[in-house]
Amino acid sequence: MSEIKEKLVVSASPHFRSKDTTAGIMRDVIIAMVPALIASAVIFGYRTLIITAVSVISCVVFEFLARKVMKRNNTVGDLSAVVTGMLLAFNLPSTMPYWMVVIGAFTAIVIAKQFFGGIGQNFVNPALIGRIVLMSSFPSQIGNFIAPFAYRDTVDAVTTATPLAQMASVYSQDNIGAAVDGAELPSLINMFLGVRAGCLGEVCIAALLIGFVYLLIRKVISPAIPLTFMGTVAVIMLIAGKGSLTFTAYQLMSGGLVLGAVFMATDYTTSPISLKGKIIYALGCGIITSLIRIFGSLPEGVSFSIIIMNILVPHIEHFTTPKPFGTVKEKKREAVE
Amino acid sequence: MTGVLKAVKKGRGGVDIAHRKNTAEMSVVRIPAPPFVQIPMHQNIGAPCTPIVKAGDRVLVGQLIGDSEAYVSAPIYSSVSGTVREIKDVKLASGILSKTVIIDSDGLMEEAEFTPPVVTDTESFIKAVRASGLVGLGGAGFPAHVKLNLPQTAKIDMLIINAAECEPYITVDYRECLENSENILLGVEAVSKYLNTKDVIIAVENNKPKAIKVLADIADRDNDRGDKVKIMKLKSRYPQGAEKMIIQSATGRKIPPGKLPSDVGCVVMNVASIAFVGRYLATGKPLISRSMTIDGSAIKNPMNVRVPIGTMMDYIIDYCGGFTEEPEKIVCGGPMMGMAITGINYPVVKGYNAILAFKKGDLAQKKETDCIRCGRCAAACPLSLIPTNIERFAKIGDVSKLKHSGAMVCMECGSCAYSCPAGKPLVQHMRLAKSIIREAEAKK
Repeated sequence: MSEIKEKLVVSASPHFRSKDTTAGIMRDVIIAMVPALIASAVIFGYRTLIITAVSVISCVVFEFLARKVMKRNNTVGDLSAVVTGMLLAFNLPSTMPYWMVVIGAFTAIVIAKQFFGGIGQNFVNPALIGRIVLMSSFPSQIGNFIAPFAYRDTVDAVTTATPLAQMASVYSQDNIGAAVDGAELPSLINMFLGVRAGCLGEVCIAALLIGFVYLLIRKVISPAIPLTFMGTVAVIMLIAGKGSLTFTAYQLMSGGLVLGAVFMATDYTTSPISLKGKIIYALGCGIITSLIRIFGSLPEGVSFSIIIMNILVPHIEHFTTPKPFGTVKEKKREAVE
Repeated sequence: MTGVLKAVKKGRGGVDIAHRKNTAEMSVVRIPAPPFVQIPMHQNIGAPCTPIVKAGDRVLVGQLIGDSEAYVSAPIYSSVSGTVREIKDVKLASGILSKTVIIDSDGLMEEAEFTPPVVTDTESFIKAVRASGLVGLGGAGFPAHVKLNLPQTAKIDMLIINAAECEPYITVDYRECLENSENILLGVEAVSKYLNTKDVIIAVENNKPKAIKVLADIADRDNDRGDKVKIMKLKSRYPQGAEKMIIQSATGRKIPPGKLPSDVGCVVMNVASIAFVGRYLATGKPLISRSMTIDGSAIKNPMNVRVPIGTMMDYIIDYCGGFTEEPEKIVCGGPMMGMAITGINYPVVKGYNAILAFKKGDLAQKKETDCIRCGRCAAACPLSLIPTNIERFAKIGDVSKLKHSGAMVCMECGSCAYSCPAGKPLVQHMRLAKSIIREAEAKK
């Protein structure tokens, strides 16, 4: 007779589970960022790698310590701190002093994330808070960009403006699209490949797009947010630039737009769950980015736009929660009855 | 030849899971008469039956041994011939305690005399279905005559035969299509005649081409008498076979929360149930046995078996060669919606369609971590719910938010929990949410 000797496991259905895990998802995001990291190391040299390493290590250490102090379980294994560390580094220039990177990591992990309950509970993107705090605390250091491949020269690198800042400096009231001609910008090809000044992770559009495709294939993100975000900026810039395609192309590829749209606006915790919500959220990101770029005193608006929309997510969710299956709209129901 | 229809409307959500239909090509084998059976008096949703035999009585196969005055209940028949040993309370696999008739089999399987029921109109048809002892064989265990006895006001235009069988492993419905198509046709003819439905759709997932062919043949034969029966091919995606999903696929209609299929003009019947109706009308032999898939990594010889109701699970597993090694988990039903059971010393009741035994480590167990709001649960939910929100509201016991969340609509298909990367037991939380709502309603 068949017998059971040991106790059987009894649990609620379903008894099958997918292979997805939080750590697996984070690992995919990390893999998706590797092309941009390599490109950045080629363009800005060894300092890219050191800044990234400092940022990742401090994020992981702060995550570990914060959980320990708060007597919560250790969550370093979910790799989310590594992702935050990489994103923070990607948002900094290659000249950033290392100790400032550590401050950014502290703000991101301890203040923006752990104070609110850790993974899944933060209401704004931790890496962006890290960047914004550094931006307001050390404006000159965070705006200190050097030219691509400057590390190869023996002489001290000269500070250069980013294409976005170059364009912003020559915006004229009646036709901002003409800024493309006014400023001495890198060619569009160089913009695409990342041969220009900028933050570590944002310059090489080609590498970011490889990461984007990887995330789509692995079904880590849906294309709704990145495409709506970039599409909105494209449309607004096309109108603002009086139909100048070149101007629109420069706007799309400059600053942190692609990095932000693909890797930061898509952060699960701080973006809406439903498709409708995602589109509204990304539309908002695109509009605010464009407004800051055109009218603001700052050349760049991606991080602020994402943070502002992060804060609005609960309200967006409130209005976009899908109706349960078969629920008839009030008006329709009246008509039926 | 009738064309094979495509789904009218594709449902949202769902998950792609491994089919693991290992037993698909194995004919259903009738197992030898067990030495004894334990026939529980509580085998259906609704009222349990009262035994009408006593210890020492000799009973025949198909002899009535339990019935109830209650409307929502189905009579119970002996599945073996032999002597009633005793009647006592026995714990069932589901955990409920049920009065149970224990019969020692004489091994002869001597049958009572069966006469086909006389059916002339809807009323006598419903009466016959009740007398057959049929409950939904797909697993729900809802008495069939209650489902078929529709209010006068209900306008039913479509009978849907559910042969989707979207749960992994289980292949008994598929075998029913291949081995029992005559009876399916008889059943379809009877039900559609007495319920006066205009159309009949037999819905099958597209991973069962042989079943589609067989069913298309019987549909053709019926269509000589009026173009009624059609076959619909569904994309094989879990949970296509859920009642709400199959109605949406077949008609594009959505059942509103708290409503029944008849409210949208449909009746859905499992393919094994409809085949049983066909056979019963022809022979008068009541429900005394059922087909089950016995499979899983810990079963030595996986197979499809026909077992008398009340057969002990350990006897069935022995017949399938026993275990290859000590199982870690045994599931009664499919791996997505079935229940994990505590042992194999339980009798089979009418609603069980599979016993699956799994080796240690075969079912990936995830450690539960914090929700990262990835939205996979919401994307997988075929009913447009946001399980992670419902979980949160249930944990804090927020009744008004829970009511608004649509938790009561949940059919516990498990797609959310399947796809959750944080390993959350979301179905358990759905059940908790429902009980919180019910409790609050009861207090009012």
